[in-house]
Amino acid sequence: MENQDQTFEVMRACLLAGKIMLQSGAETYRVEDTMSRMASAFGIDKTHSYVTPTGIIFSVEGVGPERTKLVRISDRTTDLRKVAMVNSVSRKISSGEVGLEEACRLLGELEQANLTFSFYLQLAAAAIASGCFTIMFQGSWLDFIPSMAAGGIGYFLVVYFHRIVPVKFFAEFLSSFFIGMVSFFFVKFGLGQELDKIIIGSVMPLVPGLLITNAVRDLMAGHLVSGLSKGAEALLTAFAIGSGIAAILSFL
Amino acid sequence: MIYIEQLVTSFIASAAFGIIFNAPKESLIKCGVSGMIGWIVYFALDINGFGTIFATLMASFLIAVVSQVFAKAYRTPIIIFSVAGIIPLVPGGLAYDAMRNFVENDYSIAIALAAKASMISGAIAVGLVFSEVINQVIRRSSLGPVK
Repeated sequence: MENQDQTFEVMRACLLAGKIMLQSGAETYRVEDTMSRMASAFGIDKTHSYVTPTGIIFSVEGVGPERTKLVRISDRTTDLRKVAMVNSVSRKISSGEVGLEEACRLLGELEQANLTFSFYLQLAAAAIASGCFTIMFQGSWLDFIPSMAAGGIGYFLVVYFHRIVPVKFFAEFLSSFFIGMVSFFFVKFGLGQELDKIIIGSVMPLVPGLLITNAVRDLMAGHLVSGLSKGAEALLTAFAIGSGIAAILSFL
Repeated sequence: MIYIEQLVTSFIASAAFGIIFNAPKESLIKCGVSGMIGWIVYFALDINGFGTIFATLMASFLIAVVSQVFAKAYRTPIIIFSVAGIIPLVPGGLAYDAMRNFVENDYSIAIALAAKASMISGAIAVGLVFSEVINQVIRRSSLGPVK
């Protein structure tokens, strides 16, 4: 009986680790690998997992009847630090440094923890990145400040709109629309030089870079469902950004 | 001079993307380095007439190699380094031009630009995959001869 309880605990820990990783933007392959490694470190060798961007199915062949659990992933963010931390917890479990109880406690703390950089720091990073991208795309230094402002406003709006409108693509559409408008007024009032360079630079923080990379890696690892759905999400985001800008350009 | 300008801005932009993606604090510099290496290769090849697609391919391959080295050395997931590096290569400018031509009803130019943008996205993917395949081949072959 005690053995069955332990199997349940192991499943709980594995699913918790998988859930945190998937919500923080890890690749499907890494989630499956981490869960099966953790289970085998706790003495359960036969596990099967099926991971998609919206849910995890995890089944264990242990003592007694085979058990399967399902976890639904409803919202996903990008928090690579959590991915790295779960990864190091699972390394410690594999090397035997951390036992089952300790692992459950650590993962539970990780799930609750808020490890992100402060919003204002991220806003500043987005603004600086936008300015730098304008220079990288052969814009002039005169456009550095305008694209910093437009990029910062765009990033602020995408976070803000996402909070009030749950549809992600609509938030991206609206904020790229505002980026286009702000850039247009900068050029119109003589604060910026080239409209194209300012818009391209300030749209960059919205580009779905993590999705593109993960989609490719998932597809290559044979996770066709996850790869295709992440690719579709990336494509939709790109489309939302593009149509927001196009809406502005059509007024010019 | 222009190379220094590009080196500095690409380093800052990639590290800033590390902050946006909440990468661990100690890996921000490495994010910047992988992005800088990728971008400078892309820029140098592109400006010397090797073609945008080839330049993107080489740059994304190199970013993947550098990220793999970092991931192995610091025992952290590889995506932390590769994502920040890949961002500058995304054909935002071309996609923008394509969109602009669509809006202005120049469909033939727009389609050509859109096709080029999707070719570049493909080149990024191929570069990433290529380095992963090589990495796996090295790992397999170091395990001894396959029976």
